[in-house]
Amino acid sequence: MIWQLDLILCLFIIICAIAAINVKDLLAAVIILGAYSFFMCLLWTEMGAVDVAFTEASVGAGVGTVLFIAAVSKTKRRSKD
Amino acid sequence: MMTKQSDDVIVKTLSRLLIPFMQIYALYVIAHGHYSPGGGFQGGVILGASLILLVITYGLDNALRKMSEKLNTILCSTGVFIYAGIGALCLVLGGNFLDYAELDPILHVGIAQARSLGILGVEVGVGITVMAAMASIFLDIATGGLPSSKEKNIQGKRA
Repeated sequence: MIWQLDLILCLFIIICAIAAINVKDLLAAVIILGAYSFFMCLLWTEMGAVDVAFTEASVGAGVGTVLFIAAVSKTKRRSKD
Repeated sequence: MMTKQSDDVIVKTLSRLLIPFMQIYALYVIAHGHYSPGGGFQGGVILGASLILLVITYGLDNALRKMSEKLNTILCSTGVFIYAGIGALCLVLGGNFLDYAELDPILHVGIAQARSLGILGVEVGVGITVMAAMASIFLDIATGGLPSSKEKNIQGKRA
């Protein structure tokens, strides 16, 4: 484990999480959530949990993003709050 | 919408080239699941993603011709049946649930190899179920639960 890399990845994860909550455009929020999933995947790999990282990349960033985009295309793209 | 056929020749050609490689990679992940990262769930998700790519690029009607909703449902329950069947077979042969060592009298390959093959069979079952479940979740969200031809009719009536 390299603590500098851990720190940078944690920073990116927190930035992505806050941005995904605060952004008004829901499609942008979905894409930022995908980026969050990929940073999470890098963090899992860096900590040695390769199996969990694999699941995070395929489910969180792959299929999850597609399902969210399908849901956004069925509803409204702008959030009101 | 996401269920119409794409007009872009680049998207269609690329996905036609990409889908077989995705599926081969998914089969690799499933087949090597018991001694390397990956396994039935991850491989099944990648297989489901290849089906979702097929729906997005070639449209719902073409994709349903390859894999209908009925086949989806059958595969979804077949995977669970394989998983529970292997587990129950071990139970019938006198061991615990999913105790693969009891499969040795059927397979005749030694206890260690019998455990390896038992886990492989369970992974295959999990992969089939997860693939069918992912594809059907996406189809249900993207179509709103209706087949695309019926959806068109309803939208025509509203307009």
